[in-house]
Amino acid sequence: MSKDLKLEEPLGRVIVVTSGKGGVGKTTTSAAVGAELARRGHKTVVIDFDVGLRNLDMIMGCERRVVFDFINVIQGDAKLKQALIRDRRLETLSVLPTSQTRDKDALTKEGVERVLDELREEFDYIICDSPAGIERGAQMAMHFADEAIVVTNPEVSSVRDSDRVLGLLNSITERASKAGAEPVKAQVLITRHDKSRIESGEMMTVEDVLEVLAVPLLGIIPESPAVLRASNLGVPVVLDDPSAAAAAYEDAVGRLIGEQIEMRIAADPRRGLLQRLFRRAV
Amino acid sequence: MFGFSLRPRKASASTAKERLQILLAHERSGSGGARPDCLPQLQREILEVIRRHMQIGDEAIDIRMERGDELSSLEINIEFPGKLGVN
Repeated sequence: MSKDLKLEEPLGRVIVVTSGKGGVGKTTTSAAVGAELARRGHKTVVIDFDVGLRNLDMIMGCERRVVFDFINVIQGDAKLKQALIRDRRLETLSVLPTSQTRDKDALTKEGVERVLDELREEFDYIICDSPAGIERGAQMAMHFADEAIVVTNPEVSSVRDSDRVLGLLNSITERASKAGAEPVKAQVLITRHDKSRIESGEMMTVEDVLEVLAVPLLGIIPESPAVLRASNLGVPVVLDDPSAAAAAYEDAVGRLIGEQIEMRIAADPRRGLLQRLFRRAV
Repeated sequence: MFGFSLRPRKASASTAKERLQILLAHERSGSGGARPDCLPQLQREILEVIRRHMQIGDEAIDIRMERGDELSSLEINIEFPGKLGVN
């Protein structure tokens, strides 16, 4: 499964997972995308930019092992190597947790750049899990990005906020301000997609969302009980039992690294009474 | 796959609750145990003490933590160059 990448120069690609709106699935996505890249043998690190409201560590299941954090590294209180938490399931996967006690002002542009530069020397993919909003934390998470995954629910406020974030990616990032640089490659990931509600006409379709946002589609993640289960357990959804949500993340990661994968809309079954009686607890 | 058994498997929600209880017990101040912010200082002081006796670099120290329900452990590894540089 894993390739020997030791002799190759690391790719050093910085990808921000952002959305503007909160609660749409940024951290779930960061964990799933990071874990899937790592499972494919790419050296991957996921960084939590939500200073003061650390949560990536819980979703990744390493919350009991946090010693030093991103802010300690920025402020010179710890070396990067000491703050990185190596995943116990995948040796190619690491987490850089953030501080639970500081605030966003602790993120300086110079500090973030220094840490990202150091990570580029060692990792193929650096996934920046952005906080909600468009203020300092979110701006720092996107500033040095090469690519962006804009997580969007098929719902008006989420689509509107995604549009705002797409505007920022094209105006305030390093790539936007450097003459001659390629713009940040932004793609939309639709999450919490509910096939039955779309069929009944109460939820916007994927086509509706894409028509409004006018950026390429990275994938469609169905609303799924597997996502809540994975966060309860502290396991990225792609590393838990097979589910439609996990398969959709696997496809999205394939597309992210350039594979041609046909877009499909899957759904995990809702658990009915019979399942509740006869299947193990989920 | 027959997952049916008389002893149902623990639901994921109870794992979630347990994880939160352990974590929050550590995070709430006044609950005892090391506050996370003291660790950089602890690291500096350990290096200082060791340097009184041996020559080691800034990167020689590695601190790992495992927070548990009943007790937590702090694992401190200090690497020395080839042979011990005792002053």
